[in-house]
Amino acid sequence: MKPANDLSVRLGTLSLKNPVIPASGTFGFGLEMQDEYDLNLLGGISLKGSTLEPRFGNPTPRIAECREGLINSVGLQNPGIDALVGEKVPALRKVYDGCIIANISGFSVDEYVACCAKADGCEGIDILEINISCPNVHGGGMAFGTDPRLAATITREVKKVTSKPVYIKLSPNVTDIVAMARACEEAGADGLTLINTLLGMRIDIARRRPVVANKVGGFSGPAIFPLALRMVYQVAHACSVPVMGCGGVASAEDVIEMLMAGASAVQVGAENLRNPYACRDIIEALPAVMERLHIEDLNHLKIE
Amino acid sequence: MPTRTSLERKKMGKLKKEIFTIEANRELAPSSWLLTLSGDTSAIAGSGQFVQIALPGKYLRRPISVCDREGGKLTLLYKVVGAGTDQLSKMKTGECLEILTGLGNGFDVSASGMNVLLVGGGMGVAPLYLLAKELLSAGRKVQVVLGFNKDSEICLEEEFRALGVAVTISTADGSRGVKGFVTDAIHTLSEPYDYFYTCGPMVMMKAVCALCPTEGQASLEERMGCGFGICYGCTVATVEGPRRVCADGPVFTKAQLGWGAPQEGGKA
Repeated sequence: MKPANDLSVRLGTLSLKNPVIPASGTFGFGLEMQDEYDLNLLGGISLKGSTLEPRFGNPTPRIAECREGLINSVGLQNPGIDALVGEKVPALRKVYDGCIIANISGFSVDEYVACCAKADGCEGIDILEINISCPNVHGGGMAFGTDPRLAATITREVKKVTSKPVYIKLSPNVTDIVAMARACEEAGADGLTLINTLLGMRIDIARRRPVVANKVGGFSGPAIFPLALRMVYQVAHACSVPVMGCGGVASAEDVIEMLMAGASAVQVGAENLRNPYACRDIIEALPAVMERLHIEDLNHLKIE
Repeated sequence: MPTRTSLERKKMGKLKKEIFTIEANRELAPSSWLLTLSGDTSAIAGSGQFVQIALPGKYLRRPISVCDREGGKLTLLYKVVGAGTDQLSKMKTGECLEILTGLGNGFDVSASGMNVLLVGGGMGVAPLYLLAKELLSAGRKVQVVLGFNKDSEICLEEEFRALGVAVTISTADGSRGVKGFVTDAIHTLSEPYDYFYTCGPMVMMKAVCALCPTEGQASLEERMGCGFGICYGCTVATVEGPRRVCADGPVFTKAQLGWGAPQEGGKA
């Protein structure tokens, strides 16, 4: 029997103090928020997606309001993997004792491998999350996330250069999410994160042009929660590796629902953009929700 | 005067998410509204900062620059440009808004010399009002150029005059003041200035930076996601590399933006 208010969960071989993790791209490199609240409340932090070379990203505007969500087309702006492993992670590690997840993107298998080899040598990183699902970059990113063979190749090659747990972050922009998940699991993935954003679009009807400069972008927010939950449920019941559930999570109840769908940990994304305290608020609300639902342990909540 | 390449955030502490009560919400000019709120303004360090307003039924907040702050009173000038600001304009005295405060670096008053020029265009005049008050209390001499499309769109002219600063108006159609743009009005100034601050459309601020031979600061606008530096939605290219308008700005120096006139060479 776990002590009251124990929010800890097992995520593969790791233990997290709670299941709540800000999702990549919605919490910077963690350090941006260290003055606002105690980062050590967080079960983990998934850092902004990094590529081999620094990237400016897409032109602005990059953001479009939607009903119950937003579209972003940031396009992987980041200072490059060397800055991540040399500056960002060591600085975060000094103030944060939880699970640090490095999110890696690329435009070729070689680039993913080179990034992961560098990240493998970075002591502060606990998990490598391989983003094969970014909808905002051309000639890569999501292409790897929509073809099971390519996803398997990336997984296999990345696993060769790191001993850290490798989680593949899956795109929802596929017809068969289970096929993608199985391909990654069979290629040696230690876990899966799902879902990334859905490819979406808004048009400014007064100006008769797309709202974001890139025309299309990734749609996220509470509107996608049922879709994310369905995919997490399907994958968690088809694969045996742990799943980090992500997509539209905005409350402690949503976290519980994701855990019941079969997630081992839960990432909170878009909600961080409207409420800087979203993850803290969710963690603080969890004990009361658990008590109301007579839940004593956040592990093993998966339903049939 | 030492040239500053970047501005420190005027940060007094953490961001604050507070409930504000609407004291007044009135239309100053067609589509231009002045919103007066009461609440905890303690996270607002000074002019050039902005707030993020949550609107019922809207997912993202709306960023609006601080026009004035006195004690627990916050004044915002905004233009109705879409569904969110339209909704805001329909809100009444006594209604409440959840607002994030303490956002952005704000203008650096200490960087200026004794004679300061403020150049605002359209809604860009808003943050210059509190800036003018800060500059005056720091003992600076202030003159203001305010540019609008036409006479009926002019905002805050009387408020600036009431501060005792010299005001020059320009209108694109010539219905008031100097006909043309703020740059045309700057040519008519007889008083010297040794530093400038500007806020308005990008094309206007670039023209002001190119025209004014002195160093200065510009407050940028960009569509934002979070407003506090985590989403990288509002990035702008600077000579120092990519910077976030919301958290590294919105105020940048002319030198940072690389907006000096080409013939100036390294002078800016």
